[in-house]
Amino acid sequence: MSSPTTIIGLEVHVQLQTQSKIFCGCSSAYNPTHPNAQTCPVCLGLPGSLPVMNRRAFELGVKTAIALNCDIAPFTKWDRKQYYYPDLPKGYQISQFDLPFSDDGFLEIDAPGDSGEKRRIGIIRAHLEEDAGKNMHDESGRGTDSQVDLNRAGTPLLEIVSQPDLRSPAEAKAYLEELKLLLTYLEVSDCNMQEGSLRCDANVNLHMEAEDGQKIATPIVEVKNLNSFRNVELALEYEVKRQLEQWQKTGQTLGEVAKETRGFDAARGVTFAQRGKEEASDYRYFPDPDLVPVTVSSAFLDQVRESLCEFPADRRKRMAVAYQLSDYDVRVIVDQGRAFANYFEEVAKLCSDGKQASNWVTQDVLREMNERRLTIDEFPIRAAVLGNLLERITKKQVTIKSAREVFVELLSELHSRTPISAHHIDQIIAEKGLALVTDTGELERVIGEVIAKNPKAVADFQSGKQAAVGALIGQVMKSVKGADPQKVRELVVAKLRG
Amino acid sequence: MSIIGATAGELLQRLERGDVSSVEATTAYLDAIALNDGRVKAFLHVDWDHAIAQARAIDEKRQRGESLGILGGLPVAVKDVVCTQGQPTTCASKMLKGFVPPYDAHVVTRLKTSDAVLIGKTNMDEFAMGSSTENSAYQVTRNPWDLERTPGGSSGGSAAAVAASMAPLALGTDTGGSIRLPAGYCGVVGMKPTYGRVSRFGLVAYGSSLDQIGPFANDVAGAALLLEALAGYDRRDSTSVDTPVPQYSRTVEEPLAGVRIGIAKEHFVSGLDREVESSVRAGLDVYKSLGAEIKEISLPHSKYAVAVYYIVAPSEASSNLARYDGVHYGHRAAQFDNMIDMYSASRGEGFGAEVKRRIMLGTYALSAGYYDAYYLKALKVRRLIRNDFDEAFKSVDVIASPVAPTPAFKIGELMDDPLAMYLSDIYTISANLAGLPGICLPAGFSRNNLPIGLQLLGPPFEEERLLRTARMFECETDFHKRRPTVE
Repeated sequence: MSSPTTIIGLEVHVQLQTQSKIFCGCSSAYNPTHPNAQTCPVCLGLPGSLPVMNRRAFELGVKTAIALNCDIAPFTKWDRKQYYYPDLPKGYQISQFDLPFSDDGFLEIDAPGDSGEKRRIGIIRAHLEEDAGKNMHDESGRGTDSQVDLNRAGTPLLEIVSQPDLRSPAEAKAYLEELKLLLTYLEVSDCNMQEGSLRCDANVNLHMEAEDGQKIATPIVEVKNLNSFRNVELALEYEVKRQLEQWQKTGQTLGEVAKETRGFDAARGVTFAQRGKEEASDYRYFPDPDLVPVTVSSAFLDQVRESLCEFPADRRKRMAVAYQLSDYDVRVIVDQGRAFANYFEEVAKLCSDGKQASNWVTQDVLREMNERRLTIDEFPIRAAVLGNLLERITKKQVTIKSAREVFVELLSELHSRTPISAHHIDQIIAEKGLALVTDTGELERVIGEVIAKNPKAVADFQSGKQAAVGALIGQVMKSVKGADPQKVRELVVAKLRG
Repeated sequence: MSIIGATAGELLQRLERGDVSSVEATTAYLDAIALNDGRVKAFLHVDWDHAIAQARAIDEKRQRGESLGILGGLPVAVKDVVCTQGQPTTCASKMLKGFVPPYDAHVVTRLKTSDAVLIGKTNMDEFAMGSSTENSAYQVTRNPWDLERTPGGSSGGSAAAVAASMAPLALGTDTGGSIRLPAGYCGVVGMKPTYGRVSRFGLVAYGSSLDQIGPFANDVAGAALLLEALAGYDRRDSTSVDTPVPQYSRTVEEPLAGVRIGIAKEHFVSGLDREVESSVRAGLDVYKSLGAEIKEISLPHSKYAVAVYYIVAPSEASSNLARYDGVHYGHRAAQFDNMIDMYSASRGEGFGAEVKRRIMLGTYALSAGYYDAYYLKALKVRRLIRNDFDEAFKSVDVIASPVAPTPAFKIGELMDDPLAMYLSDIYTISANLAGLPGICLPAGFSRNNLPIGLQLLGPPFEEERLLRTARMFECETDFHKRRPTVE
């Protein structure tokens, strides 16, 4: 028996960031505190109401599909997927069945670990549909009525179906992270899993080869409603173990039992069987006669292509070269999101030192952001200000150490309401005397004094104890705050030798 | 001249001259309803005070010298499948008993901006499914010409209301003939516009790809006037077509010289009542005397129309009616065990037999394994039917035919024979499948004094041509002037 290969395919539902719903003018904002406030005859499914396609939703879908390297269909249509559920007011969901607007794409990801290997994960299709509402059940078990909130009903959803190309739970997580990053770069979705704007179902089974060469596959299991990337990984890890044990116990293979739907109990870290439908559901798809088919012109596609931003993968490649950064650094920066990477690039350009900018942005800025729970857009030291500060290092006006002092001081001024400007930097440098002393006359005077006061150290140095110079440098630095230690060393050594 | 029985055009003139006020006209029709509707049962809902209030507001507008919409105070009855804000809209179904929409259908907005008085909601076959108005959950409408007979359906209430002079104008909807058939049975003018000509927004859907709203009137000019008020693009209906609307009410009086009228050999076959056939042929003679050219054409796929219709319409209906599940509005069963049971009990109680029959037909036709053989095949044949018409309209301007194989049948006569009932739409269904406009006008009477209708079909968006052609006939005949005595 060969060791089993894990086969995973993911179905991701993403809510698109439109102002209004996909088939009516209601707001699609997340609003759980005012149930049914964002509804109208159309999304309530009242008699006589008719859907009208939101062009913006279609555009965002096409934008995403292009970024996923999909083919865009020149002709696409809407279909009704029919089933009964209280959160589905029309008794059908408007979706796309046999002619999705896009198919056959891929997303390139870095294989988990440090191999540096790239993996290309196929995308079967991406299609648009409307979200359902939300049922709220009585959890007390006292059997009071369930309630329905239709605020979410009609929110535009993009369903992205991957090929079963993922080979480990970690890879599934890496795919989701890269997908989320791409979607946020494109600004098509906020991908907030807590608010349900990104949802994931995972299909998983194992492939093995018996000693006689016979190929064996375990039954496919769909794990539903996974609410974080970590839980996707944990649920899949559990499933891999469970399916192997199950197969060893029962010998059941693919096709011998119906596809099973399982849920994930995050608290216990286990998947559990959900009550399956007794037979395969028949959604009785048919073209929605209330909506006209959509033809996609090449002019429209050009327009969407022009609106595309640089994709994360391309940005990593470009930035690594442009700023001479390591793969690790560039990944940290790009993976923080588009705004963060923009921040970095602005800083790097202003200070003309990519490595310096990267050190500051990935360490100091990121640390302070995380501690203060701020996004980069909320971070009080704007890129122009940080760039100005770091430029002073490049120009040898301040030391790195002094610049850090300025940075800390700038953040401590957060309570003062005036926005932090480069002017503050000047003030702090002046107040603290952090300006790098370039006046060698002044330096030489101080060095003369220090040497005069420390005959022992001078003697030690001259008898060959190189380390003795350190004490002298330290004293010089103490009295001339903004001195460049490099310069001080040069001058001290020259004097002693002189 | 009395208000009651006047044509819409005559009444409008008198309103405009100030001979009669909208309140007087509306009151006269409300009185007629009070007097006769107990026997005819055309109306499901009449809000006397609301109607008078509308009429008064229009009279005041006129007195202030403000310009009025083209319906200038005329009462209009509305089929109860069209949503009216604040007024019940039941689709003659128990499922929607007491349902009051929070919004107006596009056509209702049009009526209001045209200064019509909405006089009441008319009876129909439940959810517009039927050809006799017997499938109403509330009442059976009677044919004003013979109360033992049906007015046809599904817009039987609107047709009967106009025929019995309880409204000068009415709205109907036509999915397979539901305006034209009752117009023929009741001896009034009824028109189904081109699919996309009138917005369906606020029309409770039966067969979404077939449904159109259209006018009833007691003459062609009235139909032209009402269509002019209704037609036009509406961005809320994606299938609404943005093409200019001619001034039908003006051009209707202009005859068409040398109009070429096609007659399909497939329309004159066994099953066609001899009196109906002779009325239609006599109608063609009228046209010949006016210089029209009569040409035989062929519509080879028309024999499949009824079969195609009874796959397409129920399929769409099975989906459109899924929303009536007792969850958000409409009828909910009092007793049920669980969610599934709530659905089946509510729907089981809320829908009538014909609606259930069509939901089952459609559900079956769309099921996995049957979709290709039924629905998809039907769509292909539907295309062929349209192609037949496109071909025919290369050599003729309009196509004339009977509107139904027989005059109005008796109430109850076909209730146990749904197939025979379905065949009453054999001449009308093709126009819905092909999306074409059609008009039915009074063209004769049987020996039993039952009206016989003549149907004219035209190419897409040629309503103007149909109205002008129909008006030519009307000017030469007086069938449209006869009024039944309801007793």
